Amino acid sequence: MIATGASIQNAEVMMRAQVVQGRSLWVDARNRLLRNRAAVASMVLLGIIALMALFVPLFWPYAYNAVDYDHISCAPDWWPEESVMCRAGGLHIFGTDDLGRDLFVRILYGARISLAVGLAATLVSLFIGVTYGAISGYIGGRLDEFMMRFVDILYSLPFIFFVIILMVVFQQNFFLLFVAIGAVEWLTMARIVRGQTLSLKQKEFIEAARAAGVGTFGIIRKHIVPNVVGPVIVYVTLTIPTVILSESFLSFLGLGIREPLTSWGVLIKDGADQMESASWTLVFPAAIMAITLFCFNFIGDGLRDALDPKDR
Amino acid sequence: MFSYAIRRFLGAIPTLFIIITLGFFMMRIAPGGPFDSNRRLPPEIEHNIKAAYDLDKPVYQQYFIYLGKLSHLDFGPSFKNKDFTVSQLIADGLPVSAELGLSAIALALLLGLTLGTIAALNQNRITDHSVMTVAMFGITIPNFVTAPILTLIFGVYGVSLFGLDLSLPVGGWNNGAVRNMILPVIVLALPQIAVVSRLIRGSMVEVLRSNYVRTARAKGLPNRLVVFRHALRAAVLPLVSYLGPAIAAILTGSLVVETIFGIPGIGRYFTNGALNRDYTLVLGVVIYYAAFIIVLNLLADLLYAVLDPRVRYDQ
Repeated sequence: MIATGASIQNAEVMMRAQVVQGRSLWVDARNRLLRNRAAVASMVLLGIIALMALFVPLFWPYAYNAVDYDHISCAPDWWPEESVMCRAGGLHIFGTDDLGRDLFVRILYGARISLAVGLAATLVSLFIGVTYGAISGYIGGRLDEFMMRFVDILYSLPFIFFVIILMVVFQQNFFLLFVAIGAVEWLTMARIVRGQTLSLKQKEFIEAARAAGVGTFGIIRKHIVPNVVGPVIVYVTLTIPTVILSESFLSFLGLGIREPLTSWGVLIKDGADQMESASWTLVFPAAIMAITLFCFNFIGDGLRDALDPKDR
Repeated sequence: MFSYAIRRFLGAIPTLFIIITLGFFMMRIAPGGPFDSNRRLPPEIEHNIKAAYDLDKPVYQQYFIYLGKLSHLDFGPSFKNKDFTVSQLIADGLPVSAELGLSAIALALLLGLTLGTIAALNQNRITDHSVMTVAMFGITIPNFVTAPILTLIFGVYGVSLFGLDLSLPVGGWNNGAVRNMILPVIVLALPQIAVVSRLIRGSMVEVLRSNYVRTARAKGLPNRLVVFRHALRAAVLPLVSYLGPAIAAILTGSLVVETIFGIPGIGRYFTNGALNRDYTLVLGVVIYYAAFIIVLNLLADLLYAVLDPRVRYDQ
């Protein structure tokens, strides 16, 4: 991870240095990305959602677990349906749920958890996948064959079922949720990194490093990993929504986050249970989640087009 | 070809073995047994119950007993549904789940192929963009969102078009009545329709640019023949290797869909089993699904080898 961060910085430093002489690959990529309107709009929107999830609960008048007995299952003031039981009024802009809790702030708390799980599990998968793929690809030979055969076997397992077993066995341990989902998602990452490594290790600069006496793991860490950043970034942005989906899926089945904490999956589940009387409790969480997933996918597609222009 | 099939088949056995072993020991390290309750049982009764389920023996013996039973498809008794064995529950749910899943796959293939081909033939035109945008929706929006929303539209609000009542039942199986199947099948198929049409569009665009398609056109073949006889056959190849993951996705999706729509299939047993900590049931269903997916992956690979003469498997 540190190596990746440093390499991005390196790339930026290189970028600045080369602007004078000509455009580097990274500048090109950034320009292509910024010209992609869908990707830019998604980044802005996602930024807004993330910032709101971080800061709005700090000053919002309602706590995420505060029960308002006077406003149980109340629609927001502006809700178009005429036949609702009651109107929440005040700052309940998304109405209240069946326990009289403010839906807006609960969605923001759900966003915190969903995004946190998304990021953390993706980091886990990133770490495992990059290490595994780089080692397998660089060392090659028997070891490579063995390691990739192992990935093939894991690929054919219905892994979400194993996550379910894990959650059943360990009673919805929050920390385990990150690790379990992350441990499921690293396979494709490993394949991508291995493929890149295979072509990288033929390059002259690797040979130069080897000739200069850099050790195997030094080469992997300093020379291989920084150079696979491009495809890895693309895949990371596409992994985050998958992870968010998996977490919501588990929470929806009642195997993920537990009350009074909440995530988008829990909120959608609650909303689905009472949609006949209070459809807003379904519509808002579902809409916010769908928008977020869209944003990630558009950014991922945009990044791919930007970093790998031949694919367009 | 034949030796390839044999080798692949032999390779599938350890995979299944790993699944069984992993699943079994994960279940056994679980804190708390299935018979722990607030009311303490008299020791003799507790002992008898444990003996009846072989739980009094050391874990490794339990493991071999379980393997032995599995070898003639006995998944053991369900810990929570006392009067049923896991095999009975699976046999109960299987026809329902199979009907649902197969209909969804069929719908996904049919619509996905059609939409993907249409998009590819109109590449970068408005039809293409709109199909791909809709596909993006299908991929990003999870089935546990589409299911309640479709329920809301067709069940709760009730839609009518030109005086025709389009409302649909939103729960229950009703012995597989078509009206009851429409919503679950659509929800299950939507993401797969999206993936399949994207896949087909991608490969179709590539194939349409290839030399032999240009040759076919140069010979003066009508467009219909070029597309259906020459291009489509090559373009469906990636789809064959996607079939395995697609089935896996449909199985996973059926957990949600069967729960939401109250359909008595395997998926609902599995979800309930997971919530009730019915270990044998959960483990049985996982092994069953895994075996199913492995076999289908195997078939898909073999089919691929048959369809694509460029693939050589003999070493």
